[in-house]
Amino acid sequence: MSLRMPRGRRTRLSLFTAGTASLALLATACGGSGGSSAAPDNFNYLSVTENTTVKTALTTLSKGACKPANDALPLKVETVPQASLDQKLQLLAGQNALPVQFAAGNAPALTQQLAKSGKVADLEPKLKELGVLDQLEPAAVSTIKALYGGKLEVLPYEYNIEGIFYNKKIFADNGLAVPGTWDELVSAAAKLESKDVQPFSASGQQGWPLTRLISDYLFRSLGPDALRKVADGQAKLTDPEYVKAADEVAALGKKGYFGKGVGSIDYDTAMNQFLSGKAAMFYMGSWALANISDAEQNKVGAANVGFMPFPAVAGGKGSVDQYPSNVGLGIALAAKSFDEKTGAWVSCITENYGATALKDHGTITGFKVNTEVKDANAVTTQVRDTVSSSRQNVLWFEALFSTKATTISQTNAASLVSGSMSPQQFMQTVQDALAAQ
Amino acid sequence: MHRVLGDRRAIALLLGPALLVYSLIMLVPMVWSLGYSFTKGNTIDGFTGNGVANFSRLFDDPAVRDALWFTLKYAVIVTAGQVVAGYLLALLYVFFLRRASALIRTLVFFPVVLPTVAVGLLFQKFFQVAPQTGPVNSLLNAVGIDSIDFFGSSGSAFWVLVAMDIWRSMGFYAVLLFAGLVDIPDEVLESARLDGATGLRLVRHIVVPLSLPVLMSSLIFSINGTLKAFDSIVALTNGGPGNGTTPLTLYMFQTSFTYSDYGYGSTIALLLTVVSLLVSLVVYRVSRRDLTEG
Repeated sequence: MSLRMPRGRRTRLSLFTAGTASLALLATACGGSGGSSAAPDNFNYLSVTENTTVKTALTTLSKGACKPANDALPLKVETVPQASLDQKLQLLAGQNALPVQFAAGNAPALTQQLAKSGKVADLEPKLKELGVLDQLEPAAVSTIKALYGGKLEVLPYEYNIEGIFYNKKIFADNGLAVPGTWDELVSAAAKLESKDVQPFSASGQQGWPLTRLISDYLFRSLGPDALRKVADGQAKLTDPEYVKAADEVAALGKKGYFGKGVGSIDYDTAMNQFLSGKAAMFYMGSWALANISDAEQNKVGAANVGFMPFPAVAGGKGSVDQYPSNVGLGIALAAKSFDEKTGAWVSCITENYGATALKDHGTITGFKVNTEVKDANAVTTQVRDTVSSSRQNVLWFEALFSTKATTISQTNAASLVSGSMSPQQFMQTVQDALAAQ
Repeated sequence: MHRVLGDRRAIALLLGPALLVYSLIMLVPMVWSLGYSFTKGNTIDGFTGNGVANFSRLFDDPAVRDALWFTLKYAVIVTAGQVVAGYLLALLYVFFLRRASALIRTLVFFPVVLPTVAVGLLFQKFFQVAPQTGPVNSLLNAVGIDSIDFFGSSGSAFWVLVAMDIWRSMGFYAVLLFAGLVDIPDEVLESARLDGATGLRLVRHIVVPLSLPVLMSSLIFSINGTLKAFDSIVALTNGGPGNGTTPLTLYMFQTSFTYSDYGYGSTIALLLTVVSLLVSLVVYRVSRRDLTEG
């Protein structure tokens, strides 16, 4: 039989097919423009899994000082692992679906890119309008501006300086003084190693705790603008004086000062090695004070932990009172959902966050502390004093790099200290990644 | 029936829906992706055409060469391992264990049903050196050898990866090849034995030729799977140390989604497609020739 259908049915069928096809096409074509700015239903906050301080502190605020803001626009926290944050942000930005507040990307370059396309709120005029700009610490504001091309694009939920935390007891037992120069640091490490104490703990899996050592060496030997010159193309990482820094750090690894299998040590393990007294020194930011103040994690006791600046390099142009500083993972606000209700949240945060974070978590932020808070321990006081007395800030190795160069630098750092990559090779690889974009 | 199938409208109606679905979910994205390889940009800034720049970059990029080399090396070694181990196991089931092989088959098949990520973590712990010494290093220490940082250099990380993937999938190939072996008629084997073929000679001249079709399917299966390996590598080494164990798939993923360079990412994807196609064609050609001869 021949297959025939009544005309009406055929028309319906073809219409149905056409309809399905166009719907499917529509579904695939969607995603470009998200339409006009819709007022958000929640104070959506996209955070990273690794950082628990910000979300806990915000939740505390939502029940306390910021309750009115929270009633108008309830806080809703969502988290992603830090390693996939950049991807998530890029996809959300592409769909014009950025949350009200979100952890800015791992490299400032991404946030700047978002800002350029008008997706991130420029906070300076907004905060001025709300009358709370003076609630931010000037040091934090200047650090943010140095990172984000002169603009205030993120809020400083953290304000960190970096340096070397050391175990006072291990130092005293081995007759070591706090090293003032790089050479003294290396010889202290050699002495510890000879007594079977692991000199440093560091996470090679994360990579940045190792590349920070390279950049700090560069800031001490070549001065605070060492990496700015690389970003501007006036110098190359493959220049001999730059390779020297990688060389020095690689030498520490070669002598086994980072312990076994540094490439497979993750952040928590490195922290744990130091806090359980298995390593004498730990290069880290002041956010580690939260862990140091926590008696449950810190087996050596907070009184046993000291803080020293990254040492000077003999004959170098930099000095020890130039502190590597950062605002942690800055938190940006989406431009399109910044309305009155969001503004209420932001004003409340700027006024109260500093005290809450210091009191509950022992962390230092870029917000002013408006109520008197007693420090948890001596090392916190020491770091807070250092923050308020530090005169010049420097950034970190990857601060001015692209996302690609950042990733390449951090994933290869372990190979550098384990000796499977030469310092020259390492710097060349990172320089190539920098040149690629 | 012939009239129905001879009618163009009937053909269109019968094939139409399937063709439509296939086009929408397979062809359109493929062409779309191909289109992206002539562009530059990302979802934030938008896309602009840049001609064949991505293709010339593909040829100059040392990372692509490394990744391609790694992909091929990995595919060849893991395929050889999987199929050989699977075949040996299948022979073991058929000729030695005979009817009693069910338990062994189940045990060997077990890793196939485990999630890849779980297997990755298992092997990470198995071979780790710090913070705890893993069982493998403990064993080395017990016989007086220093711990080895298996994931510290790309060479040793590669072999751990190979061991893991062969362990994980040999059970699957064993079952697949077992099905081919039990298909060989008993009379054939019996008469070969009567003619004096035993042991290795029996395997070489009777068993292998008769199970060649299923052996070839295993090869195609395996090589296509290993060329596209992604999850096991991400779970075990995440491409590290450095980019020492980064295959094309992972490099494509990083380029597109981490470095947000979608245009170049889809050019790498195209390269992978071409490589998979070529390898499949070669295997297919070889298998056809062998079949007609055998």
